[in-house]
Amino acid sequence: MTATEMTSETSSGIQMPKPDQAILARREEIVSALKAIVPGEGVVDNETEMRPFETDGFLAYRFMPLAVVLPETTEQIAQVLKYLAQEGVPVIPRGAGTSLSGGAIPQEDAVIVGLSRMIKILDTNYENRTLTVQAGATNLSISDAVASDGFFYAPDPSSQLACSIGGNIGMNSGGAHCLKYGVTTNNLLGVKMVLIDGTVVEIGGEHLDAPGLDLLGIICGSEGQLGIVTEATVRLIAKPAGARPVMFGFDTSEDAGACVADIIGTGIVPVAIEFMDKPAIDICEAFAKAGYPMDVNALLIVEVEGSDEEMDDMLARIVTIAKRHKVKVVKESQSATEAALIWKGRKSAFGATGRIADYICMDGTVPLGQLPHVLNETARIVESYGLRVANVFHAGDGNMHPLILYNINDPIEAQKAEDCGMDLLKLCVDAGGCLTGEHGVGIEKRDLMLYQYTQEDLDQQMAVRAAFDPEWILNPSKVFPFEARGNERPATGNA
Amino acid sequence: MSVLQQEMRDNMSSVKTFKPKSEADLASMILGGDNFEIIGGGTRAIGKLDAPPRNLLDMTGVSGIIDYEPAEMVMIAKAGTPIADIEKALKKGGQRMVFEPLDYRPLLGTKGKPTIGGAIATNASGPRRFVAGACRDSFLGARFVNGKGDIIKAGGRVMKNVTGLDLIKLLAGSWGTIAPMSEVTFKVVPQVETEATLVLYGISDLDAAKAMASAMATPCEVTGAAHLPQNIAEQFKELDGKSATLLRLEGFEKSVNLRIEKLQAILSDYSEQHVLNDKQTKTVWTSLRDVTPFSDGTQDPVWKISVAPMAGHQLVAEFGPADAYYDWQGGLVWLRLDGDHHVHKVRAAVKKVGGGHATLVRASDEHRRSVSVFQPENPAVAEISKRIRKQFDPLGKFYTGRMG
Ligand SMILES: Cc1cc2nc3c(=O)[nH]c(=O)nc-3n(C[C@H](O)[C@H](O)[C@H](O)COP(=O)(O)OP(=O)(O)OC[C@H]3O[C@@H](n4cnc5c(N)ncnc54)[C@H](O)[C@@H]3O)c2cc1C
Repeated sequence: MTATEMTSETSSGIQMPKPDQAILARREEIVSALKAIVPGEGVVDNETEMRPFETDGFLAYRFMPLAVVLPETTEQIAQVLKYLAQEGVPVIPRGAGTSLSGGAIPQEDAVIVGLSRMIKILDTNYENRTLTVQAGATNLSISDAVASDGFFYAPDPSSQLACSIGGNIGMNSGGAHCLKYGVTTNNLLGVKMVLIDGTVVEIGGEHLDAPGLDLLGIICGSEGQLGIVTEATVRLIAKPAGARPVMFGFDTSEDAGACVADIIGTGIVPVAIEFMDKPAIDICEAFAKAGYPMDVNALLIVEVEGSDEEMDDMLARIVTIAKRHKVKVVKESQSATEAALIWKGRKSAFGATGRIADYICMDGTVPLGQLPHVLNETARIVESYGLRVANVFHAGDGNMHPLILYNINDPIEAQKAEDCGMDLLKLCVDAGGCLTGEHGVGIEKRDLMLYQYTQEDLDQQMAVRAAFDPEWILNPSKVFPFEARGNERPATGNA
Repeated sequence: MSVLQQEMRDNMSSVKTFKPKSEADLASMILGGDNFEIIGGGTRAIGKLDAPPRNLLDMTGVSGIIDYEPAEMVMIAKAGTPIADIEKALKKGGQRMVFEPLDYRPLLGTKGKPTIGGAIATNASGPRRFVAGACRDSFLGARFVNGKGDIIKAGGRVMKNVTGLDLIKLLAGSWGTIAPMSEVTFKVVPQVETEATLVLYGISDLDAAKAMASAMATPCEVTGAAHLPQNIAEQFKELDGKSATLLRLEGFEKSVNLRIEKLQAILSDYSEQHVLNDKQTKTVWTSLRDVTPFSDGTQDPVWKISVAPMAGHQLVAEFGPADAYYDWQGGLVWLRLDGDHHVHKVRAAVKKVGGGHATLVRASDEHRRSVSVFQPENPAVAEISKRIRKQFDPLGKFYTGRMG
């Protein structure tokens, strides 16, 4: 039986594998075996309590898992994986379930292994500038724990209040401040990880670089397909003396886009350059009352940091560049409160958009020089579907986030939004970029992988995947299109 | 190539050098051949030596910059392109490689021209590594040919890319043992206006570790933190002969000056302070990067050891008075020893101070034949690495003994 024959169409476009009836039939036995490994509250198996685990931040798809396990120790996870692998039951690693690409969405014959009870900070070492934490801890909890001592953890996804460090590693997540400090992979020093056969490996540590092949590098961004990370050691950075977001308003998106490329090209690396178009400005201002200029069509939030003298100096340079690109408004935050509001507006852009419409968020990246072209084309494509779009994204590294607005209860519009999104991603690939800059492939972009890669490219990736998980037990329906898998690579873990 | 290898090769008519001119050439050579040792400029002659002769796959024929637009901050080049050509083009564009690829020629006495493929394959990173990332962190994309002869593309040309498994991380630091790269794409950054170094004179290794940690806990954005014990510092005419703890700052001149003043105030407990200017800073850090303090024309063992920053001085203390200096805030130790009997001691010391890894970057051929040059991985990790290698090269066409 080939992979494609095994799949079934669900409510809308994206296919998931047909649940394995033999596994479903053995549910009770599997649940009791899991309860023996993780006693107490650690196994969730009734429908009501499993409901929150049906989907993640990619809300358009949901499936009831077979069961959910919430272990408290690495040893429990090792036993759980060993057991499930022996039984051929698919495993879905899960952090906080905020993935926007469906990376943490389960399937009916799978057990979710959630890290939500493993949230302890294990070690903090300011002299080495490292911190070791259990993988279920939230991203923000790390920075919060070290803030009063003058440090922070740099990657800051907008979801940082909720998302886990394990999920960040799964997706190689980024954030607004990654322009200067890099994404997760650039700030990760070590992990403890459980392999599918229950072996616990430690990779990296407080030192830099690998003695052999860079396994940390391949694990980061592997979307839960190589193992379950239970602990992570990350790099801490000293907090800057000060930081100041400044708003630059432009008449056109082209001017703003060209200004971004110019700032970067001059050798100034602000901590963040965030872009918002008019619809995004309207939405965020209505929500956060941040004082965004309302008479412009494109806004850049540029954050500089350092001492007051340094920030003044850098801002003067940026203003000179912005003037070359016909900047209309330059507005500095006058107080810490104002600065916080500016960021609040930006970081709640998705949530605020969610209050006025349903949306899907695209995540392609393009070379900086292509920004104006891609913004224009985005507007044209979305309009051709009769839909609306708001653009709010990490402009400094070309990471686009068009939010396509639609009504989730209108199946025709929902399908249009999905198709439109796919066209926008192809646009990014055609412009020399990629399908996803930070949200991951998950199920959302899985079937577009052959647009960016050849079959041989994907074969090589799948071969490496198989070096960790030969039977495709871990998160088996994600990332790789079923049509590219061939006969020997199952679409579920139990072929 | 060592003398012994050369002799053996000359004696075996069946052993050849292959020099592809293009990616297509490379793929067909791999399809049609076997038993390849991949080399670039041949300047990084590091790794275990073992006896069976191999065909050389010389990548220097696949050379040339493919695309470089400064405003995009990305360069695409064929893997055999000499670093010198790349640096020349970057200089014209006012840019540089942030990872400061180190040049092993002075230390190893190798000839030839280092290539960008060689730098990436060895994850060659300089003093900025501990704050700005390793070579692998600047590496964005590659084309390579696997052992089946398939041409594969991985990564891309944009800064942020999480589309599928990040295969390029496996290529960086694989020392040519999993696949030859034909083309590489990497991030480049604007040149800085100026650089300067604050020097603290006359402090012990332990105090230096503490001083460097204090400096890194400030927002001064130090981009180099090294400590030279007196016997090493003496070699530099830019320094005054006492032990020297070096803190490098880079950026716009005004900002560098402000930050130097701030650092001086914060580190005022260390009373003997001195500032190196732009030119002196460049000279000293290039020399530390390229390990010239140990470039003595001998084959005496030199180790490159990566441990936690505060563990570096503990490790060196295990060796009594030693020839050693520290980079990466103390976490990178360059250690020169005499004689071939130290391997177990080095590995035990790494373990004792909390773990890390040690590579024997220079040693006599005889020594390189008898020991593991790279740190042996723990068994579970070694097993995964073995399986990954097999997935790149199922028929075992590429020589892996180097990392063995
Ligand atoms: C409002 C909103 C804003 C967002 N903003 C950003 C942003 O600015 N930048 C950004 O990059 N992302 C952003 N995201 C996406 C999302 O928050 C990130 O992908 C995040 O890293 C997911 O973390 P999580 O703990 O929720 O992981 P999950 O969603 O639970 O899982 C994500 C993936 O990682 C795997 N995984 C989880 N835990 C582990 C583990 N311990 N071991 C191995 N694999 C594991 C899962 O199987 C899955 O494939 C946003 C999401 C929302 C809802």
